[in-house]
Formats: sequence, structure tokens, C-alpha cells
Amino acid sequence: MATDLQESSTLALGEINKYDFRTDTPTVFKAQRGLSPEIVSQISEMKREPGWMRDFRLKSLEIFNSKPMPHWGGRIGVDFQDIFYYLKPAEQQGKTWEDVPEEIKKTFDRLGIPEAERKFLAGVKAQFESEVVYGSLQEDLAKKGVIFTDTDTAVREHPDLLREYFGTIIPPSDNKFAALNSAVWSGGSFIYVPKGVSIEFPLQAYFRINAESMGQFERTLIIVDEGAQVHYVEGCTAPMYSTESLHSAVVEIVCKKHSRCRYTTIQNWANNIYNLVTKRAVAYEGAMMEWIDGNLGSQLTMKYPAVYMMEPGARGEILSIAFASAGQHQDAGAKLVHAAPNTFGRIVSKSISKNGGRSSYRGLVKVEPGAKKSRSSVVCDALILDDKSRSDTYPYIEIEEQDVSIGHEASVSKIGEEQLFYLMSRGLSEAEASTMIVGGFIEPLVKELPMEYAVEMNRLIELQMEGSVG
Amino acid sequence: MNERLEIENLHVAVEGSEILKGVNLTIGRGEVHALMGPNGSGKSTLGYAIMGHPSYEVTAGSIMLVDADGTAHDVLEMEPDGRARAGIFLAFQRPMAIPGVRLADFLRHSVTNVRDPDRKEGQELMPMREFRGELKDKMKELSMDSDFARRYVNDGFSGGEMKRAEILQLAMLRPRFAILDETDSGLDADAVRLASESIARIGGAEMGILIITHHEQLLEHNIPLKTHVMLGGRIVESGGPELAAELHKQGYERIRKAYPEAAAAEEEMEAERRLEPAAS
Repeated sequence: MATDLQESSTLALGEINKYDFRTDTPTVFKAQRGLSPEIVSQISEMKREPGWMRDFRLKSLEIFNSKPMPHWGGRIGVDFQDIFYYLKPAEQQGKTWEDVPEEIKKTFDRLGIPEAERKFLAGVKAQFESEVVYGSLQEDLAKKGVIFTDTDTAVREHPDLLREYFGTIIPPSDNKFAALNSAVWSGGSFIYVPKGVSIEFPLQAYFRINAESMGQFERTLIIVDEGAQVHYVEGCTAPMYSTESLHSAVVEIVCKKHSRCRYTTIQNWANNIYNLVTKRAVAYEGAMMEWIDGNLGSQLTMKYPAVYMMEPGARGEILSIAFASAGQHQDAGAKLVHAAPNTFGRIVSKSISKNGGRSSYRGLVKVEPGAKKSRSSVVCDALILDDKSRSDTYPYIEIEEQDVSIGHEASVSKIGEEQLFYLMSRGLSEAEASTMIVGGFIEPLVKELPMEYAVEMNRLIELQMEGSVG
Repeated sequence: MNERLEIENLHVAVEGSEILKGVNLTIGRGEVHALMGPNGSGKSTLGYAIMGHPSYEVTAGSIMLVDADGTAHDVLEMEPDGRARAGIFLAFQRPMAIPGVRLADFLRHSVTNVRDPDRKEGQELMPMREFRGELKDKMKELSMDSDFARRYVNDGFSGGEMKRAEILQLAMLRPRFAILDETDSGLDADAVRLASESIARIGGAEMGILIITHHEQLLEHNIPLKTHVMLGGRIVESGGPELAAELHKQGYERIRKAYPEAAAAEEEMEAERRLEPAAS
């Protein structure tokens, strides 16, 4: 009965926002709220981790406690003692789709993404309440020696490979939230692509939060070996909750010589979530790293995907879209570090603010001494839909080398009266016309997304735009 | 009686200065009217006012859409999209670029709304297959490459491409009344001939068309029932097709001399524009 009641109320909610709902998920184990060495040790114990990982977690907790909150970006109103740091939804990880609990399938169904899952079922990884509950790997990937698993499993099954890189790209001391993640991390993906192997289709993962007042701290590590190629897609569409919630992920990527990696994210966290994420890649000789980052949801997002170009010929590209609506602050950006000659970087950032939302571009381009002939370009375009909304740009450029070329362009525009009139003169309502103009504004980035995500992205934008004109 | 667009004593101001000073014009469905006049006489303003541009304030007069049974609809009460759904179309002299929006996607939306004026936002669009088929046919008739529909609306279009895109929209939307604002400008002689033929084929007896032009070539296949001359914000003279030929060949000297009051108003408007170089 309880489930029925829940169902009907969620259906009614669904009419307001298709992406706001909850299903009853049986939670097998619930850790207590708060953060202490005991809780951190308990998490490590629950996961039956080796001693080095427990020590890494405990050391990270010390670092977290010793670091002050960042004084820039947005206001972070999180009570760290009022959060569940670990939840385990099911005792065993599902081996096949049939083994996945019905409740969880229902949640995915409701999100309207089953096409993507059916299509790439074998490659899909889904994180649900802190653990990967479903994971299977397409056979030919396994034959090629590709490892695609959740990070917890990787600690047990690929300890040497994982340990070589884990926490080396983003050490716990990097920032307060990287330290927090390092202490309490759970789930996330571990990917290894062997030398010369190209994965033709995108590897996908869906991360979602579905327990009240619960933090989610996934940890992803991707190693792309020499000459290999991979595209990883992470999509987030979270239900809405009444109390504050924290999401703090760490994503580390290693692009070895002449490899290519593209990492695509669409986050649509509920509007009460603090989304504080550290993402960084290192790219070696001739390697190419691309971040495609879409931020639609959350109360506050602070996320600046970074590429460190370590050897000659490395390339880094970061494309980001931020959409800030009422009560939202998207403090998103990018970071490029040219640490070797002949490296090439590009940042394209597009932000949209409406109904009093605030979006900020915060970016750093750094050229280290000796990184001659390096080139970087930064383009940030902001679109503001009304007078209540706000957009800021904080571009930082640090150049310690003469022989370089760095370009920066920024534009802020409002939806033009002339554009609106033109579309309306063809029978589009003001709301339809605005949505179309916004869709066009982000199209250069949306077209980089795999088809299903492009469709979902456009649908999310439409939902965001509903009722924005009046 | 025939369906018609009736404009009576229309006064229009832009940023406080009056541009149209009492325009009277009635266009019946199935009729072609030509509107000529020197630059700055108010021709484009009339087009914008009929379509409902928010910067063009109607200070007096009326625009009515009258059905065959005599029912009159007040156009001034409608938003621009309502006017489009009621069957009014404006081919822009300088259409706006909408970067990132594909012509086909925009047109499918537009065609759906105009053909189903009661459609609510979010309801199904015209079926993709049906739309694509029709679009393909129309593009073929206009000798347009089918790739064209995948380009972003007017973004990076040449002058000629913009005008052809406007004619394509005219063909797809099939309005009851169309205002074509210098659809011939920026086109070479062959392109103007093609445009003229296309408009005649699209319009036929189904459309009332107001052609704003400086030349008579666009009228070659669209013989106007009446030619109107605008000067200083008023229509000062109306005649047949021969009037268009005369103005094209001989300019507006005779008109200025015959209507000194309107010519003075035109000079005044011209002077005001020079004081505000920013206004286009």
C-alpha cells in the first residue's frame, strides 16, 4: 500500500517536473550520519578494503579537517555532521539486467533513458545510492583487455594498476573537497584502455542520488594507455529533496602518449544539492583530452575540469554549458596548464541565466616557463534571459613564457528583441521562441554529445525554460 | 465580399517620432499591390506595424482582418505570433540570424503553429515525414539545395540566400496576406526573375500580397492591381502597373513636386534620422 501511495504522489509530481520523483529503494545498510575516523574506518571495513586504502582514507580525513572552506566561488551551506557518507543499496552487485532490483529499474524507466541502456546495455554502468548496482561489460571489450568496472571492485581485482595512479592526479591535499572525497569515496568507475585499443561507442554511466540527506562521493579513475581511445559519458538526473545534500566527486584521468579521451557529463542534480567536483586529466606527448561538461541542476556547482599538458604536442579542450535558474549558482569553468612546448588548449564556455539564477565562468590558463609555441584560446559567451539574473566572468591567465599565443574572448548578451520578433512573426510563442534561441545558443556543444544525450539535453533545456517568460 | 486586410488612418511612431502619418490601404485576398517610395518614406515601417514589432507603436488608426462573411478581427489586439497564426506574413528585408537553430527545425515548429492556430505549447509537431516531404518539394520548386534546410537560420547566409529562405517560408506557411519587404534587394537579375516567378506561383488567387520594391522586375510575374506611392509617411498616389514602371524609370521628382506637403514631411524625417546616426 505504501508503495501505491508513493506511486500516485510521484505521478502527480511528474506532471510538474518529469525528473522529480522518488521510488522506495530498500536500503540494506545505513551508516550513521556524520564524519569521524570511526565512520571512515567503518566504510573501509564494510568494503573489505586493504590496509593501504584505509590509511589513505584516514589521512585524507585529517587533511579535510585541517583545510578551511574555500572563500571564493559560492556559499556552501553544508553541515558535514548531518550527512550520510555511505549507503549500500543491495548486498550484491547485479550481474545481469535481470538481477537489477525492480525499484531501481523503475527509476531509470521514469527518467526516460532506457533507449540508451538498451542500446549500450553491455557497456552501461549505473551508480545508485553510492554503489554500482549494475554493471556488465561487453564481451569484445573484455577480449581487448579493457577494464570497465566500479572503483570498489577495482580496488579488489586490479589493486596494482589502481594503486599506481589512484590519488596521484588529484592528491587529497589538492582541495578540501578532494580530501573529503578521498576519505569517504564510494563507487565511481575504473577504466583501463590498453595500448592501441579504440573503443568505438561511448562507455556510459548514470549517477543518481536517491536517499534523503545523503552525500554521494564517487571516485573515477580512467587510464588511457598509449595510442588508445575512449569516450566516457556520465549523466546525472537526480530527484528532488527538501533537505540539503552534497555531491562531491573526484575524477582522475591519465592520457598516455598519443591517446585520446573524451569525458562527457550532463548533471541535472536536484536544486538543493551542492555539487562540488574535482576533475583533472594529465595528457602526455601528442595526447588529446576533451571535457564536455553540462551543468543544469544543483543549488551550487563548483566544477573546473582541468587538463595538464605535460609533454610536447599534448592537447586539452574543455567545452562547458551552465544553466542557472532561480536559486541556482553555477560556478563552472575550466583549467588548462601548459607544462610543455607546443601544447594546444581550447576552452569554450556557454552560460545561460534566468529567473534570478547566477552563472559564473571561472577559468585559468597557465603557461609554465619553457612551454614555448603553446597556444590557448578561451571563448566564453553568456546569455542572460531577464534583469533578475546574473552572469560573471573570472578569467585568470598566468603566463611565464614569452613565445606563446593566448586568446580570450568574452561576450554577454540578452535574447535580442529582433530575434524574438522574427521567430514570433512566424507563429512561435514568446516562450517557444526563447527556448529555440537558447537551444541554438548551446547547439555547438549539444552537437558534440551522443544522440541520446543530445535529445535528453534538449529536453532538459525545454523543461528549464518552461514558464520562464511571462 | 472578399477577405481583406484593411488599414485605416494608421499612425505609427518609433521611439516617440512619428513615421506613418495616416496610411489607408485595403488589400483583398488574391490581389497584388505594389508599394513604392523613396528610402525612409515609411514602407518598412508599415510592414513592421502590420506584423506587430514591439518597437513600432501604433498611435492611431486600425488594422483589421476581415473574413469573407464580414467578420472583422482586430489585428492590433494580437501578438506577432497571433498575427502569423491569423494568416499574416512578413518577408523581412533583413531577416535575423538565429545561430544554432536549423532552418528545418524552426520551420517545422512554425508550420505546425500556423496551420493549427489552436495548438498548445508542447503538443506534437507536424509529423516529421510529412514535413520533410513537403519541405523537399518546395525547395525543389525554388531550385534550392536540400542541404540548405540543415543550415542555421540566416546565419552566414548571403543576401540572396536570405531572400530565398524568406520565399521558402512564404511557400511553406501559405499565409492569407503577405508583405514582401524588398525581397528583390541584393539579388541579381536572374535571381529576381526566379523570385518573381516563385512568388506568383505561391501566391496565386489564395494570397493577398503587398510587394515593397524600388524596381518593377519583381512585378513582372505579379502584375499589381494597384501601385501605391508612399512619401513622408502617407500613401500619396495610387495607380495601376504603369505607375510602377514610371517610378522605376523616372524616380520620385514628379511625386515630390505634386505633393509638396508630404515631401516636406519626408525631409523633416530625413533630418531627424541624421541627428541619430545610431538608428538604422
